[in-house]
Amino acid sequence: MQTFRSRKINRRQFAAGSAVFATVAVMPGIRVAAQDASPAASPATIAILNDGTPESDLEVFSWWTGPGEHDGLVKLYEAFIGLFPDVQITDAAVAGGAGSNAKAALSTRLEGGDPPDSWQSHAGKELQELYQGPGYAEPLTDIWNAMGLDDAIPQGLNDQVTVDGEKYLIPVGVHMGNVLFANKQVATDNGLEWSDTLTSDDFLAMADTLKEAGIPAIALGSKDSFAAVQLFENILMGQLGGDAYNGLWDGSTDWGGDDITAAIETFAKYLDYVNDDHSSLTWDGAMDLVLNGTAFATSMGDWAYGAAVSKEKTDVLAWAAHPDTDGLYVSVMDGFTLPKDAPHPVNAENWLGVVGSAEAQATFAPYKGCIPARTDADTSGLSDYGQWSASQFGSAQVVASIAHGAAAAPGQVLDITDAITSFLVDKDVAALQDALSMAAEDAQ
Amino acid sequence: MATNAIPAPIEPENTPPKRRLGEGWMSPLMLAPSVIALIVFIYGFIGMTFWISISNWRKAGPMDLSISDPWWGVYDRLFNDRRFQIGLRNTIIFTVLFLLLAVVVGLLLAILLDRHIFGGSVFRNIFLFPYALSFIVTGVSWRWIFNPESGVNLLFDHLGINWLLAQFGAGPLKPGWLTNPEVIGNLPMPDAVKAQIGIPMALIPVVIAAVWQLSGFAMAMYLAGLGTISTEVREAAQLDGASTWRMYRDIIIPLLKPITVSTLIILGHVSLKIFDLIFAMSGTGPGFATDVPGIYMFEQTFKATRYNLGAAASVVMLIMVSLVIVPYLARTMKDL
Repeated sequence: MQTFRSRKINRRQFAAGSAVFATVAVMPGIRVAAQDASPAASPATIAILNDGTPESDLEVFSWWTGPGEHDGLVKLYEAFIGLFPDVQITDAAVAGGAGSNAKAALSTRLEGGDPPDSWQSHAGKELQELYQGPGYAEPLTDIWNAMGLDDAIPQGLNDQVTVDGEKYLIPVGVHMGNVLFANKQVATDNGLEWSDTLTSDDFLAMADTLKEAGIPAIALGSKDSFAAVQLFENILMGQLGGDAYNGLWDGSTDWGGDDITAAIETFAKYLDYVNDDHSSLTWDGAMDLVLNGTAFATSMGDWAYGAAVSKEKTDVLAWAAHPDTDGLYVSVMDGFTLPKDAPHPVNAENWLGVVGSAEAQATFAPYKGCIPARTDADTSGLSDYGQWSASQFGSAQVVASIAHGAAAAPGQVLDITDAITSFLVDKDVAALQDALSMAAEDAQ
Repeated sequence: MATNAIPAPIEPENTPPKRRLGEGWMSPLMLAPSVIALIVFIYGFIGMTFWISISNWRKAGPMDLSISDPWWGVYDRLFNDRRFQIGLRNTIIFTVLFLLLAVVVGLLLAILLDRHIFGGSVFRNIFLFPYALSFIVTGVSWRWIFNPESGVNLLFDHLGINWLLAQFGAGPLKPGWLTNPEVIGNLPMPDAVKAQIGIPMALIPVVIAAVWQLSGFAMAMYLAGLGTISTEVREAAQLDGASTWRMYRDIIIPLLKPITVSTLIILGHVSLKIFDLIFAMSGTGPGFATDVPGIYMFEQTFKATRYNLGAAASVVMLIMVSLVIVPYLARTMKDL
């Protein structure tokens, strides 16, 4: 066993694959890249929450195995090691499937009564349905209050980690889901006026101009169906506004209403301007079309900017909130839980203290390509885009995403996704609205 | 280990067998570990899956094994789900097209190689090679080949086919392949069938990829079969003045029937439970045009945490495969 301090990460080959399926891959240990682009968090400034004797081990479970995101995780480990140099961290990361493999592996462990000391989770319904409801996650309200997170975390995000007045997740980083990334050159070439506060009508007018030039206005990659759901949710909340959109999830907004019909009709209009091959591309293939100038724009999350960074094409991009959603921030948030019966309770609590600190989040976010979940964290290490996203986060109403599992329970999300997959082909407005209503009923 | 575990030497049949110590219970004992493992890990889990499929367990968390009311309620929901109906349709269409093409192509390749045309051993390996690949590799590669913007359609441009078509005033040849949501044909069906029953066009490229991968396997089976047909049979046919075509049609291909049956069974159960190729190549496809019960089961179980519905879908898949395998096994056992 090598310790984390030797700049290698241990992993435990847990028996996940047995019950699950062939594509689950347990990540081999990854060498920590010696990147020092951002300063390491100064441990002295992070408060120690539990001054009990630290145990020898800490096991953290996540699906952050890719470049960038894993480097971010390592920054969090470094901050923890700075405080507790004798603790050996086990990085139990499972790769693949945007976390779906990891979640399957984790649920096997939780059911078997073998929880790690902390695991990564999205906020909202995913947290509630998978971990809080079954009793795997402990309330961590005391830790939350000790860190004063009520002041540092925006209300919309606060609501997503609260069940019956108790907190269940310490937010670490946030991605914005309602971003319209566009190619500036395509706009200039076709005489389009780009604005930071586009309306759907503005955008569809641009789309008409582009259609004459043979350029799809919206690049979509619907092979992974979440991308189409994300486009739809951005259009939906643009039509409804934040409060009515939130009402969809507590029953106060009716899925059968006229506003929903209008949103679906707008969605159908957008689909007239998508690339023909959308069903054979994933979201990053769609982003490539924008970067290459073969399509004009794509409605995606922060991580699409990461794709532009890796291709060194950020200079062609313009960005704004998705049309009609200026003032809304669709959060795709990651955080860490406190398990019931954590094997190393003191370390688990102190781990949450570290990841919830402004210092650790400021070093984590630039690598992960997200922004810190705390509005009081330093954002100077972020890219231009990241700083824009952070400024939106500080001022906008934060709402939950359907496509990323925060707004609705997993079953409802799949039903919505299936309905939208059918809609991409048949464009039957009434059928989609019926299916959305039925999905909401079934989730009751 | 006890020395009496060594099996008794085989006695000639006409001498009465001497009873040795432990002979009566030794063989069941030796078989016990694998029988127990089979009972637990195969039949036990099949039983468990069936139980879950009639239970109320549709949420993450501890198992809820209470039986749903009525007990077939989950199956009722499953078969009324339009997406699952489409999946069943796709499985059947895919299986029929794939088996037909794989067997025909495999047989043709085997016959060509059997006729000792130049470079036989080289081509035999070339044709068999795709069989060694994983479905994921095949799926990813063919996905790009059948991408309408980047794949085989560019070939139509570069070969001048589209230029030629333009000369005749026709539009360019640019099939949508995997992105084509059309379903050809619409069999009249009772109202309970919500899926359009026809041939989904997006499934054709998937069939091509599967045939590319597995026709080499069919070829190997047929080559082995052709090797067992004695030269006397061929010579006798030639002496009687049979043309090559008649020799294959009336003698060799009928003699290969057992090989054809085995090939159909083996490839048939691959295609009935196909998941990885389609998952990598097209996902659920436009409007579920390439969705199959395997993907449905995976998404209901692991994404939606509806364990009962996912289990019901797997039970249906198990029954489909059993319909193919069980008669075959029964026949093989009878022959023994």
